[in-house]
Amino acid sequence: MADITALQPAATAADAPRGAAGRSYWATVGERLRRDRLTVAVGGVVLAIVALAVFAPWVATHDPLDGSVLRRLQPIGTPGYFLGTDETGRDIWSRLVYGGRLSLFCGMTPVLLATAFGGVLGLVAGIGGRLLNSLVMRVVDVFYAFPSVLLAIAICGVIGAGIANTILSLTVVFIPPIVRVTESLTRQVKSRDFVEAARASAAPMHAIIRHQVVPNVLGGILVYATSLVGISIILSAGLSFLGLGVTPPDPEWGLMLNALRQSIFVSPIVAALPGVAIVVTSLCFNLLADGLRSAMDIKLPT
Amino acid sequence: MNGSTTLPPNRVDRGGPAQPLLLVRGLKKHFPGRRRLFGRGREMVQAVDGVSFSLAKGATLGVVGESGCGKSTTARLLLHLIRPDAGEIIFDGEGVGESHGIAVRDLRLQMQMVFQDSYSSLNPRATIADIIAFGPRAAKHMHRRQSRERATHLLEQVGLQPALYAHRYPHELSGGQRQRVNIARALALEPRLLILDEAVSALDKSVEAQILNLLFDLRRELALTYIFISHDLNVVRHVSDRVVVMYLGRIVEAGPAAVIFGEPRHPYTQALLRAMPSMDPDRRSTAPPLVGDPPNPIDPPSGCRFRTRCAFAEAVCAAVSPELGRVAGEHEVACHMMVPGSGHSRTGCGQ
Repeated sequence: MADITALQPAATAADAPRGAAGRSYWATVGERLRRDRLTVAVGGVVLAIVALAVFAPWVATHDPLDGSVLRRLQPIGTPGYFLGTDETGRDIWSRLVYGGRLSLFCGMTPVLLATAFGGVLGLVAGIGGRLLNSLVMRVVDVFYAFPSVLLAIAICGVIGAGIANTILSLTVVFIPPIVRVTESLTRQVKSRDFVEAARASAAPMHAIIRHQVVPNVLGGILVYATSLVGISIILSAGLSFLGLGVTPPDPEWGLMLNALRQSIFVSPIVAALPGVAIVVTSLCFNLLADGLRSAMDIKLPT
Repeated sequence: MNGSTTLPPNRVDRGGPAQPLLLVRGLKKHFPGRRRLFGRGREMVQAVDGVSFSLAKGATLGVVGESGCGKSTTARLLLHLIRPDAGEIIFDGEGVGESHGIAVRDLRLQMQMVFQDSYSSLNPRATIADIIAFGPRAAKHMHRRQSRERATHLLEQVGLQPALYAHRYPHELSGGQRQRVNIARALALEPRLLILDEAVSALDKSVEAQILNLLFDLRRELALTYIFISHDLNVVRHVSDRVVVMYLGRIVEAGPAAVIFGEPRHPYTQALLRAMPSMDPDRRSTAPPLVGDPPNPIDPPSGCRFRTRCAFAEAVCAAVSPELGRVAGEHEVACHMMVPGSGHSRTGCGQ
């Protein structure tokens, strides 16, 4: 065997300095993300929005529920109320900051829940036999027959308004697409040789799923789930706007939009602010998902 | 065979050196193809149709044939990665899946495979050490540290320095290095039989030679038996003791490598050998040895499957399917021209 190793001295010599530490896929993805300026900026904005919502009590200048008829519909730049006030005289900035808590919570929780349930279902469907696959995927197809907004409204309409019901209905809406994505990713991975090699090594099924399939499916699901957060924020705000989500007087962006709608001719800019918050947050999550996708799309040299 | 149901520990030679390590009889796999529109039933792709051979301990069996002839399917059938439709696989005297035989799981512990595509056969999210240690850990419940040591040892055995490569990921390695990892992974379970499915076909010629040397060394050190599947006749000639030639899911000729390459009898084998690139420019032939593509395996020709491309095809070839018959010693051919009284006008011409 000495002659064999002697034939590749170049490779070994060059690799020696950093030889001991191989770079994992995720380390490479991390570095690519760091080099992508747009994604870094967008990620910063998302972090800032989340931080504002989390630290709302310290960031807010007023009590978000404290209104007064005397200072209704103040324009932007009013002393003490720099983003103005709403139709009952509550401070817009404070309500936006507190509203972010509910909006982000209602936007992200359904995606998390749907990823957990849908991911498992999709994995089962992708790995299982023809019968199991048909069973899961045809049920999923039924949900696809309804437009997602309509489905969410219908579910909320039946089970009633409220935060818990919003989250439940949005979870139901997001499970089918996540099942589909997970199933197709799983089937792709399953057909690769390394899974066959693992089967040939007499390893039990659960070990193959855990060590061979899941690590190779996770990235794709992550990207998809991130892109769903944007949609989820819009949908949950939409449900609140329609009176099916968060109930007044709690601050929530969709609900604020609905309330300020009536004063759109009096102070149009203030009325648009919750909408701006929704658009910016949703857009940032979508851009983040795009950045993540391109960072993970590594064409490895073979 | 003692008929006991308890399985022997790995690598124990049970039947003695005379008993074939692997005996395959009538192995068959027809894949369902597309459903016929307005028709009855389904099209069946006859990937492997009645393959039989035996493999002595410590020997290397070469399997050659055009792509699509069922070589790789046969390999996967042997490991039960695909369930055979019919046929017996007997590993060292024990029938696979039979009530007193060997379970598929235990068969896989003794029979391992090296795949052609060195990249797609390695988990891209795992380190080299984890890839090699996966089998022992998952299938044999070896402890983490123990399996790590095993991986380190195996890396040394296949000529990769553990300190340099154990923590690497597959994409950081070259094709030859990855194929070494593949071999190490296959050896991790201490198999007795290694199936090399086009294991060196995707490599550069110089790297191919290194890997072949490695395989030779390993065979000697670990007393391994190989099934060497390849379309590269030069390589097969170089490594094999016995050779099996497949055409459209059937074996058309089998025998010792020297005989197959020295005096091939089946017209298909002869054509294949003529297609071999010659190292001698003076002996170069310009006439194509084989015309056309292999027939569609969904609807193979009646009788002899090679008759549509055979220069000597006659009426009997379309009517009767030739059996694999002994012509001399270990040499077996499935051709009517080899069988006296078969009805073929050229009977005995090959003599």
